[in-house]
Amino acid sequence: MSVQIWTFVFVFLTFGLYIGIAIWSRAGSTSEFYVAGSDVPPLANGMATAADWMSAASFISMAGLISFLGRDGTFYLMGWTGGYVLLALLLAPYLRKFGKFTVPDFIGDRYYSKTARLIAVFCAITISFVYVCGQMQGAGIVFSRFLEVDITTGVVIGMAIVFFYAVMGGMKGITYTQVAQYCVLIFAFMVPAIFISILMTGIPIPQLGFGAELTEAFGGGFLLDRLDGMSEELGFATYTEGQRSTQDVFFITAALMFGTAGLPHVIIRFFTVPNVRDARRSAGYALVFIAILYTTAPAVAAFARTNLINTVDNVEYSEVPEWFTKWEATNLIAFEDKNDDGRIQYVGDPETNELNVNRDIMVLANPEIAGLPNWVVALVAAGALAAALSTAAGLLLVISTSVAHDFMKRSFMPTITERQELTYARIAIFVAVLIAGYVGINPPAYVAQVVAYAFGLAAASFFPAIVLGIFQKRMNKHGAIAGMVAGFLFTAFYIIYFKTLNPALDNADGWLLGISPEGIGTFGTLVNLLVALTVAQFTPEPPEDVQQIVENIRLPGEAVAR
Amino acid sequence: MSDNSAQSYWKSNIKIVLSLLAVWFFISFGCGILLVDFLDNFRIGGFKLGFWIAQQGAILVFVVLIFVYIYLMDKLDDKYNLETSNSNQAQTQSNSEGDAS
Repeated sequence: MSVQIWTFVFVFLTFGLYIGIAIWSRAGSTSEFYVAGSDVPPLANGMATAADWMSAASFISMAGLISFLGRDGTFYLMGWTGGYVLLALLLAPYLRKFGKFTVPDFIGDRYYSKTARLIAVFCAITISFVYVCGQMQGAGIVFSRFLEVDITTGVVIGMAIVFFYAVMGGMKGITYTQVAQYCVLIFAFMVPAIFISILMTGIPIPQLGFGAELTEAFGGGFLLDRLDGMSEELGFATYTEGQRSTQDVFFITAALMFGTAGLPHVIIRFFTVPNVRDARRSAGYALVFIAILYTTAPAVAAFARTNLINTVDNVEYSEVPEWFTKWEATNLIAFEDKNDDGRIQYVGDPETNELNVNRDIMVLANPEIAGLPNWVVALVAAGALAAALSTAAGLLLVISTSVAHDFMKRSFMPTITERQELTYARIAIFVAVLIAGYVGINPPAYVAQVVAYAFGLAAASFFPAIVLGIFQKRMNKHGAIAGMVAGFLFTAFYIIYFKTLNPALDNADGWLLGISPEGIGTFGTLVNLLVALTVAQFTPEPPEDVQQIVENIRLPGEAVAR
Repeated sequence: MSDNSAQSYWKSNIKIVLSLLAVWFFISFGCGILLVDFLDNFRIGGFKLGFWIAQQGAILVFVVLIFVYIYLMDKLDDKYNLETSNSNQAQTQSNSEGDAS
């Protein structure tokens, strides 16, 4: 069977599964719609969190990015996993004890202020929205390449599926489809990785194959030494050495960690477990499930890079393998015969380099590059779709709860009934799906960039406000509001300045202290903390009942707030 | 629970969190970023040590840290008799009211 038929089979089966789950898990109450009735077992929540978290970017782009960044790619690996330590130790148990529905709920109640709640609504919607656009684009790429439908049709199919289970099941439907999606995506990521590891090193565990010797067919020697050698020979940077400055890597890693811990769609997952103990546990399980992919990704990156160089460098263009031509059709691989010798020269020097490879295809094309069976190639497509759709659904839920619950019910229309609120939540998801789909079909040029900055913004707004709300009883609404506004504006301005207003200065010499816009969220976090603590010093302390809330969330058990 | 024991529970909690975060910082920012070039002088198998910590080891340590935290906090909860699992029941009951549809 051809790749395309296999892909149809896998996509059809998995989508059928998701729809089946959606029908089985219809939501009847707002509690079910927002937090799955808070009775999700911690292991299931761990899987759902992992699928929620690992987006099209983790599945499709990350290994590819690392294979071009080499050791510098570390900031994605540590940044996107280390944040879970912060989440587990500083946020998840306390927010679960607090026991409401959303992040703006916490900000609004803890800082006893409608302004604070509305700022939180604004941040949550902005962050989630830029993020969801990237997912739709990812789904579009997969559809267009593997099913050979056009991107518009691809995005519409993706939208219809997400719409169906998100609107019907809310958080409950999303949670159990995410459990299924985790299984699909991890299987799809691991199978080719294991195949390639066996092929290249004879070791079935990619994490070990990564540090092992290549088989005779691949020329022997340690994989990484070989890769370093080939990179140097062709004029690329040495794979296992860093190119970026230490302070920049430091700041980017920290921004991704703080951002991870401040992303509303991840935080709300911890509202869905029964109690504080389970919240801690599910954070642990989530990181285990995430670590399986995140420790495999750098191995895949090194395998793919080695394989790519071996397969294409100095090869006759007329003799390139089939996958090469297929990907050329999507413009994600481009060959330009600069010296007219009919061979592909793939080298570090941009003057003589003849091959441009989009980093996004490294994972998608990897099984084909390695010559794996068709069903494995098709499996990757189903996995990438699972990753994109599961994250999109989680984000859309944040947008819908922010609108229906925080904006309407809690801020402006407190008298609406639960049934009305539920209707508004469904309408909000519907509208959000349509807008996200539109942006997925007509991506503004900056969307892909903006996704990376969602982390900086989350880091500079939510993370400090929530941590202070738990650990600093004296923190009042004035401090928190001033901090969030200062952190958000500082970070947004820095990013816009270098990416839009003055891109000419966007290099290590122009940056503040050598910190790139990707890493500025760390600075924004510090600005937020500093402003919040200073302002709180000079303004009245929070009322007694709010201090009582803080005392209460610090202790697990006893009264369950809801 | 009395105010006093709540205070000392919170103090122990902070101590656990801070010591685990110290390890978290040391392994990721310390070994994975600041000391990475120095650690690259050593090797384990085909890996340079610093590179391995940055791309593999740190992630494994993160996982271990969370499970150590779960273990220590469970012990602390037990010491202060903060039984949380029975809240599960109360929770399910309060939710079932909304399930009428």
